[in-house]
Amino acid sequence: MNLLFLTLLFPLLGFLLLAFSRGRWSERTSALVGVGSVGLSALVSAWITWLFSTGALQDGAYIQILWQWMAVGDFTPSLTLYLDGLSLTMLGVVTGVGFLIHLFASWYMRGEAGYSRFFAYTNLFIASMLCLILADDLLFLYLGWEGVGVCSYLLIGFYYTERKNGNAALKAFLVTRVGDVLMAFGLFILFMQLGTLNIQELLMQAPQRYAEGDFWITLATLSLLGGAVGKSAQLPLQTWLADAMAGPTPVSALIHAATMVTAGVYLIARTHGLFLLTPDILQLVGIVGGATLLLAGFAALVQTDIKRILAYSTMSQLGYMFLALGVGAWEAAIFHLMTHAFFKALLFLASGSVIHACHHEQNIFRMGGLWKKLPIAYASFIVGGAALAALPLLTAGFYSKDEILWEAFASGNSALLYAGLLGAFLTSIYTFRLIFVVFHGEEQTQAHAGKGLAHNLPLIVLTILSTFVGALITPPLAGVLPQSAGHAGGEGRIGLEIASGAIAVAGILLAAWLYLGPRRVVEAIRNSAPGRFLTAWWFAAWGFDWLYDKLFVQPYLWLTRILRRDPLDRTIGIVPLLARGSHTLLSRSENGQIRWYAASIAGGAVLVIGILLLSVA
Amino acid sequence: MILPWLVLIPFIGGLLCWQAERFSSALPRWLALLTMGLVLALSLWLWASADYSLAGVTDGAPVWTLEFKHVWIERFGINLHLALDGLSLLMLILTGILGVLSVLCSWNEIQHRIGFFHLNLMWILGGVAGVFLAMDLFLFFFFWEMMLVPMYFLIALWGHSGEGKKTRINAATKFFIFTQASGLIMLVAILGLVLFNFSQTGVLTFAYDQLLGLDMPPGVEYILMLGFFIAFAVKFPIVPLHSWLPDAHAQAPTAGSVDLAGILLKTAAYGMLRFALPLFPNASVEFAPIAMTLGLIGIFYGAILSFAQTDIKRLVAYSSISHMGFVLIGIYASTQLALQGAVVQMVAHGLSAAALFILCGQLYERIHTRDMREMGGLWARLPYLPALSMFFAIASLGMPGTGNFVGEFLILFGSFANNPWVVVIATFGLVLASAYSLIMIHRAYFGAERSGEALRGLDRRELVMVLSLVVLLVGLGLYPQPVLDTSAASMSGVQHWLSDALSNLVPTR
Repeated sequence: MNLLFLTLLFPLLGFLLLAFSRGRWSERTSALVGVGSVGLSALVSAWITWLFSTGALQDGAYIQILWQWMAVGDFTPSLTLYLDGLSLTMLGVVTGVGFLIHLFASWYMRGEAGYSRFFAYTNLFIASMLCLILADDLLFLYLGWEGVGVCSYLLIGFYYTERKNGNAALKAFLVTRVGDVLMAFGLFILFMQLGTLNIQELLMQAPQRYAEGDFWITLATLSLLGGAVGKSAQLPLQTWLADAMAGPTPVSALIHAATMVTAGVYLIARTHGLFLLTPDILQLVGIVGGATLLLAGFAALVQTDIKRILAYSTMSQLGYMFLALGVGAWEAAIFHLMTHAFFKALLFLASGSVIHACHHEQNIFRMGGLWKKLPIAYASFIVGGAALAALPLLTAGFYSKDEILWEAFASGNSALLYAGLLGAFLTSIYTFRLIFVVFHGEEQTQAHAGKGLAHNLPLIVLTILSTFVGALITPPLAGVLPQSAGHAGGEGRIGLEIASGAIAVAGILLAAWLYLGPRRVVEAIRNSAPGRFLTAWWFAAWGFDWLYDKLFVQPYLWLTRILRRDPLDRTIGIVPLLARGSHTLLSRSENGQIRWYAASIAGGAVLVIGILLLSVA
Repeated sequence: MILPWLVLIPFIGGLLCWQAERFSSALPRWLALLTMGLVLALSLWLWASADYSLAGVTDGAPVWTLEFKHVWIERFGINLHLALDGLSLLMLILTGILGVLSVLCSWNEIQHRIGFFHLNLMWILGGVAGVFLAMDLFLFFFFWEMMLVPMYFLIALWGHSGEGKKTRINAATKFFIFTQASGLIMLVAILGLVLFNFSQTGVLTFAYDQLLGLDMPPGVEYILMLGFFIAFAVKFPIVPLHSWLPDAHAQAPTAGSVDLAGILLKTAAYGMLRFALPLFPNASVEFAPIAMTLGLIGIFYGAILSFAQTDIKRLVAYSSISHMGFVLIGIYASTQLALQGAVVQMVAHGLSAAALFILCGQLYERIHTRDMREMGGLWARLPYLPALSMFFAIASLGMPGTGNFVGEFLILFGSFANNPWVVVIATFGLVLASAYSLIMIHRAYFGAERSGEALRGLDRRELVMVLSLVVLLVGLGLYPQPVLDTSAASMSGVQHWLSDALSNLVPTR
């Protein structure tokens, strides 16, 4: 257990080594360091998981103090690691899936400029992510939280020579930073009210101090929610995720699907004790999730870029997790987080394989008929897509999504339930639209399949984990998170399962009818007036980018333009101007002409006498 | 006897540098390096050897770790009184570090009148050391003015001239007039305070410890406080008195910018903590809301203008204004947490702004422009420099793990209880900080390459300079405790002087 800090140390060392290698190492050495460090970290996590499962912990949690960060008065945040079932689950996901993605990336990035830079960033990302999930203190968590944000920024802008990638990176960073600022408010409030930022102490003290719905605690959880929606790309801070696909595809798999974007879900689950005190905010979490899952689902229906479809599906699946949190289904949210990490990492890696095979073509309508040439990618997409669409019984996604829907039902939240069901229908349509368009139909490109262990092994392992095998892994959450309304099962569960299964199958069939074979119906719908309108609107993801551009970006740029020359400086500049002006004015009067002097003496005398006379009178 | 040496060494060293140019052009550089190294070593030795955890105040008098006192002008009660406590020591160490760096960063940049350049550089640093140590108001004013003259020469003689009217002479004159005029206001305020004390007690003295805790009618106190505040506000700089700073930075040589951003601005913050608050507690507490509002204006005005710049050094200069806004809020929030945060932020900003200016200088030496419209795509053409710039840009947007985060967040945490709205608004400044820091990187380093020609990499000297700043900044970010412990007593001293005024205020809140 006391090896816990090593999980964090290995990627950090990997980062430092790679950063100072400055690209002088061969690709093989860089990959060895970059992948190896995460591999070692995964091994340590496996060892710790084994210890954990043998019951080495008496009270269910292990605390490792690294050092006291700072101490000023009663402000004493410390760098302390905290391991319980929840952080162990996340630890496994981050290091396990992270290792597989690193392995895949060692194949995918081969021959690219900045090979070691890539692994330096991803290693730093893993280290920051582990800080985030293992932190015992909200300020330490915030360190990881900001750290993953920076790594995400660096990796989205990895191909820096294209301005638009840089802009996407900047957008992602700024939008999430707005969330981070909101989260900082939460920290300020919690410290002011409770005098500590230690998560366990907060969870212990808050229920003793506050009645349900107290003003300050409501404000605090609302702020934390602000941070969570920023990181997890939920309404209204969801706009950055689709653009974040500008980064290399393994990055999209690692950061923008499997790990970092789930940080918001983790944060809410970690501080569940606070959210339980504020049922209104918890309700809001569910509503945000429900709204986002639908909004992203519709947007995914009409995208043409393979990675953007997956990005919107990620947003939508995160919406499910928020929905689950909102109805108090804590375990279901984390369970879905885990299975989603498996199948979405798989889908992204497989799409990376497809993109690589098609010479960096990302438009699905320029692919087609790839199933023969890319059997492994095809199999991965079928299994991963089925899991995403929650195909009954066989896939991991079914078990986790079904649990969420059941909990929504059990909590009596029918609006959220219907949103979830509708979302499931959308999910299976857009997922299989993607698969049918990319892998069936006419061949349009020359594809070259990826080879080698680094390419195949991650895909195979994740494929297996995306089936029901993945769902057999039960996160050790008992006792960490409170039990939900529907944990005991109940009437109607089977019915709901059948209904959601039927919906998934119906969606797949609809997609097959629309996209397998000639696509006349689709064309007809798309060319109708409402079809054109909705396609354009959904393609722009409901126009949020446009709105924010008009509301925030343009006014800010306008402000910078008008202030560019520093008007306050100009104002102070009036003083020397005046001095200089009066200087020229007065120097005119000394022009050496006698008549001018005589006239001014006379004029001055008249003026003085006049004033005297007037003041006497 | 060690304290006067801290001031004398740079002055003597400067004279030696000046004369040493007769023998070789390298000798002044080595002498200057030796001088600043000596100052740094002395201050570090003082840190290691003495105890700074003493109480800040006992029996109504400040407690000094080290003291030196000698009569200067007896008739007016003026003494050569130097004293050291934790705050002074931290600032001295910062001066030493940045002094060494400013000598190193001029190694290739300055090629004419080398001896005289180092004379000016050393005298600036000597003046700064004097400011941080002087505990006699007249002596303080003496050193305060002492710093300006060599700085004027540094900008005017070794600066770069920009386009149009933005010449180095203009910038130097603007700097001089702004600071000189504000210095005069402070002199008037000092004389006012001394004469008021004379009229009350019959003792003519400029001694800091004797003027502390003087009872003044509210009107008098407020006006005298304003005199000090305005002088410090110009140097801080506080919007709208900031406009000398971007010009001075843009035109100054690298060493000038490093000293200006790293140390000279800190003398203002130091002056507020040492003089403006303790000498005029009631007026300061009354003034605090206005000061914090000015801090907020500074944060946003600096951030917006920083974003709008095309000259990379002007961008960093405006970002300094934004960062110092946080310090101002921290100082006037006056809780233990906020004051400690202000100290850490002073140190962290000193290091990070100095590093950014050094990097700008190194970039200028390679591409001979500071205009970001002519940069772009430099990432692949230069090893190390872009990555290091990225590090400091990220540090300056307040990334956890760097000193800037510790400083800013301590200030925000410390100010939140009493001034929640100020903190809420100030925190949004962090979003704008990300915008200007990253846009700098984007404009300079991202984008398509303008030419495939590789540029000269950093040599060992350049790399060591910047890497040592990286290490210091990360160290400060992950383990700030040594700094916090050193300044704790001084800050509780500041709080002691304010305590009565604050307790009068609390019931009305």
